[in-house]
Amino acid sequence: MEVAKIENVTRVYKNGKIETNALSGVNLTIENGEFTSLVGPSGSGKTTLLQLIGCLDQPTTGKIFINGKDVSTLNKSARADIRRGTIGFIFQFFALIPTLNAYENIEMPLLLNGVKPDERRKTVTLLLEEVGLSDRANNRPDQMSGGQQQRVAIARAFATHPSIILADEPTANLDTANGEQVMELMTRLNKESGVTFVFATHDPRVIKYARRVITLRDGLIVDD
Amino acid sequence: MTQLFRMAFRDLLRNRRRSFLSSLALAIGVALLMLMFAFVNGEMTGAMNSTIRLQSGHLQIRAETYDENKSSLKWSDLVENPDQIVQKISSLPPVIAATPRLFVSGIIASKDITAGVRVIGIDPTSKANEPYRLGLLEGQFLTLDDRDGILIGQPLAKKLDLKTGDSINVSVNTSNGDVSEQSFIVRGIYSTQTYGFDRVSVFMALPKAQTISGTENHASIIFILLNDNAQTDSVKNAIQAPGYKIVTWTEMNDLIIQTENFANSYINMFAFIILAITATVITNTLIMAVFERTREIGILSAIGMKASRIMGMFLMESSLLTIGGLVMGIIMGLLMVAWFNGHGFYIGNMGISGMLIQDTIYPNLTLTDTIRVSVISFVISLLAGMYPAVIAARMEPVEALHGGK
Repeated sequence: MEVAKIENVTRVYKNGKIETNALSGVNLTIENGEFTSLVGPSGSGKTTLLQLIGCLDQPTTGKIFINGKDVSTLNKSARADIRRGTIGFIFQFFALIPTLNAYENIEMPLLLNGVKPDERRKTVTLLLEEVGLSDRANNRPDQMSGGQQQRVAIARAFATHPSIILADEPTANLDTANGEQVMELMTRLNKESGVTFVFATHDPRVIKYARRVITLRDGLIVDD
Repeated sequence: MTQLFRMAFRDLLRNRRRSFLSSLALAIGVALLMLMFAFVNGEMTGAMNSTIRLQSGHLQIRAETYDENKSSLKWSDLVENPDQIVQKISSLPPVIAATPRLFVSGIIASKDITAGVRVIGIDPTSKANEPYRLGLLEGQFLTLDDRDGILIGQPLAKKLDLKTGDSINVSVNTSNGDVSEQSFIVRGIYSTQTYGFDRVSVFMALPKAQTISGTENHASIIFILLNDNAQTDSVKNAIQAPGYKIVTWTEMNDLIIQTENFANSYINMFAFIILAITATVITNTLIMAVFERTREIGILSAIGMKASRIMGMFLMESSLLTIGGLVMGIIMGLLMVAWFNGHGFYIGNMGISGMLIQDTIYPNLTLTDTIRVSVISFVISLLAGMYPAVIAARMEPVEALHGGK
């Protein structure tokens, strides 16, 4: 079953009179349980495609379906609802809320989804164990290493058991050992829970984990 | 909600000094407003009490044709045989004192200096004259049978360089339009701490004032003092004085009531200016916070936080800043009011015709004013937080994610 379907999607950024085609007609289907890598040089459209699949942005033309629902023309609030329920994000920078500790950061999407306190506690505790950070539950982001922060971000993305987790260069700011640890964690979650992962990267050490590699260049898919 | 509160609280703690200074700005505004309200209230209450106590009383019984601005001494303009009416009124429970008074225009002269005065003929034994008796600075108070004693206010004594025992010449108008002149001895010098009154008012015993002015058994008014301002109307209705009119303190002191209304309008304008400045500080603080945390707003939005909740988060911060500022402000305001209550605020010789203002103001802070200041400050500060909150809520997640550090 397809989690995401992209039909003839273009995305044009306007800056004054200058127009930049970030995506120039992309067609793509992501099936449930995939572990897919988007590769390509900088400016090829990887991040734009992830943002469109993640309902953070809207296409200039074309359609995007998430779990069969057309999300291309949804308003801001409806897109927030889709993100909250079905999409998890992992960013290149360790995108945690600095005033919340590891536990509270993971708990945030559960709170936004209205999950009851008991269930929240159970889920967050399990996830902290899963990512090997039970002893760091009360640490704030500035008290953790980059690798630990990214593992918290993965746990947060996974907390609501989304249909798809989108990761934009998740290892770009990590050393080799931490990068591998993060990729192994993502692989394990994918295998054990079946959650779909799509991640953008141009690091060959990361690409090797992917079971499907989609190559983008100048806003077009050139290899799949 | 708890999480929003926790995040808002921790976000404020991130930049403690800035948050504290923003709250302090509000606190100073609130404290100053409380003090201003208390001063105006204190001044107006003091002026009203002084005027009632010293000049108008709560009620006055007058002849129908009496005009207080003319000091007419025609018998038809005066109250005849006032003691009969006084006796009846004195038996009413809320009445502290009812006493006849005669007002006579005159001039007093000492050596080669003269001054226009208002001679007030009083019954020295009446409780209504306690403020003058208690305000005696030197000498003795009058007695009912004093035939040549006069009591003068401190400013007049200074002007004429008089002391107790000195002799002065008093010329007064009489009921038949002549002028009568007689020598008097200064029995005492008084001060009611109300310059406007003390400067022009001199007292003599009523029988003597009646004799010198040819008014015989008449008085200008019957001055009535009650336990409580609120009882005025009920006592007015209970008094039987056919052929005379009964005037209440609110009718007599229209100027003070109008001045109080004017002062309240004025202070509301000040309140608006002070709170507008404070609101600007709060808006500025929160706008800085929004721009510093653009990427965080993007992250929260990415994980599904709705715009309304993001707005709520910043409004919560604004509320916390406001509550902190209000608590500090109320404490500071109470301390300032308490200090000025102990020490008073000396304003000097103020006072205008028809309104007696004491030379020292003691602030009077009411619960209503405290609540009013608090509610207005809270609402204005919340409104000040709306603009930054809307900016945060309107951010597009993609732009916000890339807008941070």
